[in-house]
Amino acid sequence: MNESIRVLVAKPGLDGHDRGAKVVARALRDAGMEVIYTGLRQTPEHIVEAAIQEDVNVLAMSILSGAHNTLFPKVVNLLKERGAYQDMLVLGGGVIPDEDISQLKENGVAKIFTPGTDTRDVVTFIKENYNKKKEK
Amino acid sequence: MNIKKSLLDGDKRAIAKAITLAENEDEEAIKLVRDLYKKTSDTYVIGITGPPGVGKSTLTDKVVDQISDQQKSVGVIAVDPSSPFTGGALLGDRIRMQKLSLKPNVFIRSMGTRGQLGGLAKATKLAIRILAIAGMDYVFLETVGVGQSEVDIVKTADTITMVMAPGMGDDIQAIKAGIMEIGDVFVVNKADKDGVARKMQELQMALDLGDKNQDWTPKVLKTVAKDGEGIEELIDLLQHHKSFLETDGRLSKLKRGQIKQEILQICQDEIAKEIVNNLNQQDFQNELDKIVNKELDPYLVAERLLNKIK
Amino acid sequence: MPDKEKIEKIKKAKRDWHENKVEPTVARFSERKDEFKVSSNFEVDRVYSPIDIEDKDYLDEINFPGQFPYTRGVYSTMYRGRLWTMRQYAGFGTAKESNQRYKYLLEQGQSGLSVAFDLPTQLGYDSDDDIAEGEVGKVGVAIDSLSDMETLFDEIPLDEVSTSMTINAPAAVLLAMYIAVAEKQGVSTEKLRGTIQNDILKEYIARGTYIYPTAPSMRLITDIFEYCYENIPNWNTISISGYHVREAGCTAAQEIAFTLANGIAYVEAAIEAGLDVDDFAPRLSFFFNAHNNFLEEISKFRAARRLWAQIMEERFGAKKEKSKMLRFHTQTAGSTLTAQQSDNNVVRVTLQALAAVLGGTQSLHTNGRDEALSLPTEKSVEIALRTQQIIAHESGVADTADALGGSYYIEKLTDDLQEEAEEYINKIDDLGGAPEAIDQGYIQKEIQDSAYSYQKEIEAEKKIIVGVNKFKTEEEPKKDILKLDEKVANQQKERVSQLREDRDQAKVEKALKALKDTAETDQNLMPKIVDAVKAYATLGEVCDVMREVFGEYNENIIL
Repeated sequence: MNESIRVLVAKPGLDGHDRGAKVVARALRDAGMEVIYTGLRQTPEHIVEAAIQEDVNVLAMSILSGAHNTLFPKVVNLLKERGAYQDMLVLGGGVIPDEDISQLKENGVAKIFTPGTDTRDVVTFIKENYNKKKEK
Repeated sequence: MNIKKSLLDGDKRAIAKAITLAENEDEEAIKLVRDLYKKTSDTYVIGITGPPGVGKSTLTDKVVDQISDQQKSVGVIAVDPSSPFTGGALLGDRIRMQKLSLKPNVFIRSMGTRGQLGGLAKATKLAIRILAIAGMDYVFLETVGVGQSEVDIVKTADTITMVMAPGMGDDIQAIKAGIMEIGDVFVVNKADKDGVARKMQELQMALDLGDKNQDWTPKVLKTVAKDGEGIEELIDLLQHHKSFLETDGRLSKLKRGQIKQEILQICQDEIAKEIVNNLNQQDFQNELDKIVNKELDPYLVAERLLNKIK
Repeated sequence: MPDKEKIEKIKKAKRDWHENKVEPTVARFSERKDEFKVSSNFEVDRVYSPIDIEDKDYLDEINFPGQFPYTRGVYSTMYRGRLWTMRQYAGFGTAKESNQRYKYLLEQGQSGLSVAFDLPTQLGYDSDDDIAEGEVGKVGVAIDSLSDMETLFDEIPLDEVSTSMTINAPAAVLLAMYIAVAEKQGVSTEKLRGTIQNDILKEYIARGTYIYPTAPSMRLITDIFEYCYENIPNWNTISISGYHVREAGCTAAQEIAFTLANGIAYVEAAIEAGLDVDDFAPRLSFFFNAHNNFLEEISKFRAARRLWAQIMEERFGAKKEKSKMLRFHTQTAGSTLTAQQSDNNVVRVTLQALAAVLGGTQSLHTNGRDEALSLPTEKSVEIALRTQQIIAHESGVADTADALGGSYYIEKLTDDLQEEAEEYINKIDDLGGAPEAIDQGYIQKEIQDSAYSYQKEIEAEKKIIVGVNKFKTEEEPKKDILKLDEKVANQQKERVSQLREDRDQAKVEKALKALKDTAETDQNLMPKIVDAVKAYATLGEVCDVMREVFGEYNENIIL
């Protein structure tokens, strides 16, 4: 077996701040994962399509513009519609106040990483929680 | 999900999952392809290679966009090197093709080389077969190729497009490395930059010096992929080469050569696995000790091992 | 200027000091770290002395404030004449709410306005565009048309305030709207004072709010230079920015280099467009970051001023003094503020603001303590403003120019930063200039590499962030955070819908057609844009016309 954890790092919406997304992408790569980065200005449709075609274990989204309460749930719902949600660990990061986190979790985001997060914690969380492929 | 049926239907999730099985070297992948081998389409594979930064992904995006508008289904596999130290990879080709990926008849997959040398991943061939089972008319295979070590694409693609750009400093490199010999079509992208004419001249000269054996004369085109310039001409040329191969049994000959290589590779891998298994056995350690103590020589031991396997 | 003999004496004394005092001390207990570094690529020495500035020529290299090369400041009286402008960046939700926040800030003693626009506006989309979903009014105010702009400045006399607008790709359109509002107020364009950021190159590098490809974007920028020279002489046509590349993770020396390299590109573009350097250069302004390393930041501002003055004189042959003066706005570094123990951020902002003042900034924005959590509450923004006021009125640093000039360390650091910045600029020149370097991804890669190293240093605890990787405390989640009303988006959508019904559609279409025709030539676009906004064409409509003609920029990803 030559397995690798595959991660899609995505920037939904119009926010152009990609320092965090890129630092995390590099850290995940250094931890041995295959990281696909979508670039800026991704619609939920783009993100979900990429997640499905790349058959990623993890979908990590970053937003600093405050649009997370709209866009994260949209992505999750679209994943569910396409039957792809159960295979995927959905993560979020960016400027997200604590009080929004529980709602986002209810909406299907497994964990939110806020400013000051150590990239090693992201790596650890992924390694401990990513879905190994069950369905054939 | 019945993966076999879904795959034959061209379902994207099924394709994706099948490719993952192939990448993970899961035996299920081979089983899948074997079971459906008779139903594999005659997918035409176009390789896009060249040094980093010349605009391969942008070019692929524009070409595939046009071809897919002509009622053809297209798969794209973009291969990027995995880190030899960490095993990880940053797969950044998809970014250029995100809009394209929403088209129902286009499928895009990024692959890391996962330790394989030669420019392709071990699972690439299998992935192409999977796309063929899903009914793709074309597969575009995009990889980085800068030197003599990245030529596995020859074993897999039908038409190979070598992409370059002016001022990328790769001139002498490319010629020395002999990658001129593997290209069927040459593209100078970013033709809006300074140095285009010179670049095309250099390429033409290098081609003229090259192997005159084949009866296909490689051509050099210029494009400005980001503006969509030169794309139609490139597609025409690709079609042209395809038609060329399809006459006089050339494509069949090419495919047979590739299949022979593939079978050789499969056998080599299997045998190597066997041998490595043996080498790692505890009792083999005694043999090693004997060699170190000069009681036996390595050639004898190897011969014995081979006989054992035969 | 210390004479040779004295310097030799000091050198010998330093060697003795090192042997007799330092080495024994270090042998007994080692220093706190193996390496002491600034953000840029050099180490900090244990102490600095006349030796470090022995070759310095005061008049040539440092001089007095208001005199070439302006190392000590651009004005002779600096803050004794006039304090820096206290200009807090603000804007959110609807134009009405933002208008209220502006009035509040002006009442509290802020001296200039700074408008923050939401992302759809910054990207030239109307609030009812699909792509604007979830983003309307979030990071700034939503402006869809002249009507919103009128509301934004309601009861704010444009001849009495100076307004900075953080707008880039559609800057021409927002400027046109501002002019139209002024006209309605009866204020002539000569009286207007303010700035538009209008710096597209840094968008491509680090901020991401671009619309059009490089060439047409540069054309819009030079059109604005020309139009303002003729019509709005007191307007700063561009704010060449380093703030964002620094936020994206580069070092102080890189911040200088990438900013000035972009500046060089703009000057070259304007000259190529037929403008005389002394006509537009006096109205170029800059925007820098005020980061953590207090002394490095002060030196950075000094180095930037000196380097730009030299570039303008030597490279572009500028004759007017004003053409060589690097005037700048500063913002304290948002990315250094933490979500953990957020009140600590008040202290960080204070140090950063102080560095900017000691560095001679012309205007300053101080961040709110809740920067890492959300947009600032009224209380947070008040504290941020008071920070500036306390520095101005209670600390004494504004009573003399360049108070730290002459410090051995500061002068040495200024020199070193300039030297490193020049190396980068030379490299960028070799690549063909900033636009080319951006195309090749050189600048982006440098920034990303710095950003990654920085993160690794934090994780290895080589760099300490109080409250984050050391001195942590268990905290309750912060309660008092600004929550944006989700109704804003719907309100705005209704407004723009209504506008489209109420206006003279024929007039709009005529104006948009005229704009399109002009865009296809190389004539100045500003007059046609002004006409279009006066007819109440929406921002999206005007930008779409230009999208049709110019196309869109394709992100250049370097990983």
